[in-house]
Amino acid sequence: MKISPEEVAKVAKLARLDLSPEKIEQYAGQLDDILAYMDKLSELDTASVDPMYTPVDHTTVLREDEVRKDFTRAEILRNAPETDGSFFIVPRIV
Amino acid sequence: MSELTQLTLSEVRAKLADKSLSAREVTEAALARIEATEPKVQALLSVQAEEARTLAAALDAAGPDASKPLWGVPLVIKDVLATKDVPTTCASKILEGFKPVYDATSVAKLKEAGAILLGKANMDEFAMGSTTENSAYFATKNPWDLSRVPGGSSGGSGACVAAGQCYGALGTDTGGSIRLPASFCGIVGIKPTYGRVSRFGMIAYGSSLDQIGPMTRTVEDTARLLQIIAGHDERDSTSVNTPVPDYVAALSQRGDLKGLTIGLPEEYWSKGLSPEVEETCTAAIRAAEGLGAKTVPVRLKLSEYAIATYYIIAVAEASSNLARFDGVRYGHRDKTAESLIEMYVKSRTQGFGEEVQRRIILGTYVLSSGYYDAYYRKAAQVRRLIRQDFETALSQCDLIAGPVCPTTAFRVGEMSADPLQMYLMDIFTISTNLAGLPGMSLPVGLGRKTGMPVGLQLTGRAFDEATMLQVAGLLEKNVSATGMPTL
Repeated sequence: MKISPEEVAKVAKLARLDLSPEKIEQYAGQLDDILAYMDKLSELDTASVDPMYTPVDHTTVLREDEVRKDFTRAEILRNAPETDGSFFIVPRIV
Repeated sequence: MSELTQLTLSEVRAKLADKSLSAREVTEAALARIEATEPKVQALLSVQAEEARTLAAALDAAGPDASKPLWGVPLVIKDVLATKDVPTTCASKILEGFKPVYDATSVAKLKEAGAILLGKANMDEFAMGSTTENSAYFATKNPWDLSRVPGGSSGGSGACVAAGQCYGALGTDTGGSIRLPASFCGIVGIKPTYGRVSRFGMIAYGSSLDQIGPMTRTVEDTARLLQIIAGHDERDSTSVNTPVPDYVAALSQRGDLKGLTIGLPEEYWSKGLSPEVEETCTAAIRAAEGLGAKTVPVRLKLSEYAIATYYIIAVAEASSNLARFDGVRYGHRDKTAESLIEMYVKSRTQGFGEEVQRRIILGTYVLSSGYYDAYYRKAAQVRRLIRQDFETALSQCDLIAGPVCPTTAFRVGEMSADPLQMYLMDIFTISTNLAGLPGMSLPVGLGRKTGMPVGLQLTGRAFDEATMLQVAGLLEKNVSATGMPTL
């Protein structure tokens, strides 16, 4: 599967990254090599194999639905680039 | 180097406990060693000297506490683990200045055990890399030869332990990131079974692959650290609720290797190994046989598919895990952006380094509509086959052994031009993370040609770190000594 610069640009947009045209070309070339290497997997017959997304058997871990306060508001806001003391302040969406 | 910093963790621990050494003396010796060697090695991103001194003084005032197994022992933490009020950057610009409001569980456990945390170790950015050259701040050098890499991504942890800056460090391992630097730096490192150690507070790269583990100069030291950090944690739903054996006691329960079978995968011992690695690792296997172990050939036929499988799964998970870095709640934010989306894009583009961006793009691609089944789902199916491959091999032996890496540490810059070539260095370590099994690197001697350390890798059955530690502990005494580098 060959990856075109257009596809790299589209994926970059999804990933919220801004790549220069040179970077897009460079990544397209490198990703091409990497993806070609990954095409090896099609040599294996996996038709009847269950995908393994995690090594552990248990997947649903439950706990009591009780409210716990682990942090204060001040702690949570402490690393915020911009805050009014109550909220994280960000630029408008449009 | 002072004699104090040449002691092992176990030795210094005992001398602190019986008051032949004070916490202050040991901490000052380590800090002096850091000061003397950091200009050359650059293993650490930050040092908390004053905090360490204050804690050492407080510990000495209260006196040794037998209920704290690491009382007064200075350690270092890889900068991917959250340390409360202490900078945690993942060696990225996107987290420059970030100070978590909580400790990772493994860090909290070390503190509770009385350890003194000296500093945060350098790493490849967001654990993506095999040489520590991908750090956004600076590259760490191998203390054995400053023109060579220490391995990665836990290269800072490896270098600081090898250089005698601390008595042990925590690293993390997603595709070999503890075992490779342990091998290149001539120290012991263990990646526990997936689920053995809580990942709470480890800034995630590949959530189904990541594990935290100790890096130390001896096997006993590693057993002592693993003892502290292992165990179920309700804050990590992937951590497993099985009892933690007494790893230190296990070390003395075996006097030889009679009755033990070691599997040697044909795929790990064939052509492609540098002669010095083959020679040094083979000598270690002979030593194991001399101790009574039986060796059998085994097959890991899917080895050639492991890298492709790993890089699909790891980058897919990484692209999801790194989506949280958007400039909203923490980390770098571009303040000139006029809209929210522009802020996301600019903050991330400015904050993430090249390798991180490459993996995010690759991961986003393999998860995107139209490609998900061909790549991610397919890789997950192959992953199950790889685990079955290991289970079959481990039904024929107790442990699998092979070199950690086909070569010893290479020179700085030698690999950084070609990402794919860099990925291929992980060939022997990566399958262990896919299968979720425990893996260990043991230094078995210096290579004849380069004079650099060679690591032997042991892979064990799930939750059987005790057997691996026993075998490594005996081998350690019966292979040519690696020692410490002169800096």
